[in-house]
Amino acid sequence: MSNSEEFINQLANKYGRKRESLMPILQEVVEQFYYLSDENMVNIAKELDISTADVYGTATFYSFLATERQGKYSIRVCQTIICDMKHKDDIIEAITEMLAIKPGETTPDGKFSLNFTNCLGWCHKGPAMLINDEYYTELTPEKVKDILLSYMKK
Amino acid sequence: MATQLKRTELIFKEYMDCNALMKNVMKMGRDAFIQELLDSGLKGRGGAGFPTGLKWKIVKETNSDVKYVVCNADEGEPGTFKDREILTKASDKVVWGMALAAYIVGAKEGFIYLRGEYKFLGTKLRIAIDRMENSIRALGINFKLELVFGAGAYICGEETSLLQSMAGHRGEPTNKPPFPVNWGYLGKPTVVNNVETFVNTMIIAEIGSAEYKKLGTKASQGSKLFSVSGDCCKEGVFELEMGMTVQEFVEEFGDGDTKAVQVGGASGFCVPRKEFANTIIGYEGIPTGGSMKVFNSSRSMYNILENYLVFFEEESCGQCTPCRVGTQQLLRGVRAVKRKEKPKSYLDELLKLANTMKYASKCGLGRSVGNAFKSIIENFREEIVY
Repeated sequence: MSNSEEFINQLANKYGRKRESLMPILQEVVEQFYYLSDENMVNIAKELDISTADVYGTATFYSFLATERQGKYSIRVCQTIICDMKHKDDIIEAITEMLAIKPGETTPDGKFSLNFTNCLGWCHKGPAMLINDEYYTELTPEKVKDILLSYMKK
Repeated sequence: MATQLKRTELIFKEYMDCNALMKNVMKMGRDAFIQELLDSGLKGRGGAGFPTGLKWKIVKETNSDVKYVVCNADEGEPGTFKDREILTKASDKVVWGMALAAYIVGAKEGFIYLRGEYKFLGTKLRIAIDRMENSIRALGINFKLELVFGAGAYICGEETSLLQSMAGHRGEPTNKPPFPVNWGYLGKPTVVNNVETFVNTMIIAEIGSAEYKKLGTKASQGSKLFSVSGDCCKEGVFELEMGMTVQEFVEEFGDGDTKAVQVGGASGFCVPRKEFANTIIGYEGIPTGGSMKVFNSSRSMYNILENYLVFFEEESCGQCTPCRVGTQQLLRGVRAVKRKEKPKSYLDELLKLANTMKYASKCGLGRSVGNAFKSIIENFREEIVY
């Protein structure tokens, strides 16, 4: 058994081999490997005894369950109206300048991915972004650079 | 003349002896408490406004060994963030409200479906869950509450879609009927309520329906949390009585130059300045899940409309054609009119399409795209065209 096979096997033991376990298993695999590789989706399907197409179909429905390679730190900048009004474009520009990636891209070292996301629920403190599960609000280009620096050092 | 908005302080009131309230309800009896809920006039705070007492009553009276209570914490409507505030500051009231529902309807298991964007709240909620579970065990109630996470899909705030997602499927809404009260999670009778609704049931347990009804208006009882953002003199979450006019709201929160207020998020309605005075926020006017976005005259209504359409086009689950294709075509259409590739009369064609979506779409998402679309186009046509 490969590492990822074993990891998925343990998840299936933890959550049980039933359809309701699919979401938490997919979420933990993404947490561990940053995205769902074809191989991992096949293994999840085997463990739960459902078709791989079902696993793929479910995963691709959700924007937080990537099926393409993502960076270790997933940056999601809110693009919805209030953050847009509060200059989210400046935030994107600052990130692009610092990491040399545009929305939808991942840094070559696999450390960061940048994506737009819809309303994060921080409108009153926009512009806002998530890096993995952490939220950052009332962003300015300077503040974003400091935040990214702290992640680069990790 | 400025009228003072009626502030309330119930939801975030610091102290609530949930354990004692639960004991009171147990003494009062299930049916008596359901009657209290019905008398209070409490309607679901997620936006759809179904009477909470009736929902609990149906699930209670449905015969089934297994029933579930689900808290819809998939707050995703643009401009809404009051549930996050509740889960941060009043998580105990939420989990106790769920325990109360479980006791009333006879459920032994419950779930909080928390949007993935709020995963940082997980630890706090687990602590509240543990605390509640320990206390109710001592009261002889057997209720196990689990925390599950969404994964970035707005549509999962729609209750049937949420239940699909919990069951490990694509979050595609199912036809109603059957309603979750009869056929919910894994096909069992299920109470699905919004975060704020559960807190309100605890408030009613505390102060009683008579006192509760004194707040708000005849059609919109109680107080409501509003998420206020945009061009405001103050932004944040505010607890207000329902039934105020947009004018009163703007006088309190606007920046003095308010052009329009979007009531109810992207799926709600845009109220232009000339309608402020005669538009009531509540079930007799524009109902809202709490999202209030304020725009001043420096804002382009075209940009706002386009932003909403991008949102809907991305978040449509794609299952039914009116919504999947409709959202794409509305977005393409307004862009084409803006670029002068289509005549301005094309907007009327788009309005027809929005109207078709309202009747032909499978769920609330597709049905409500037309709300913002129509109210922005009709009131700010020149800004869309030129």
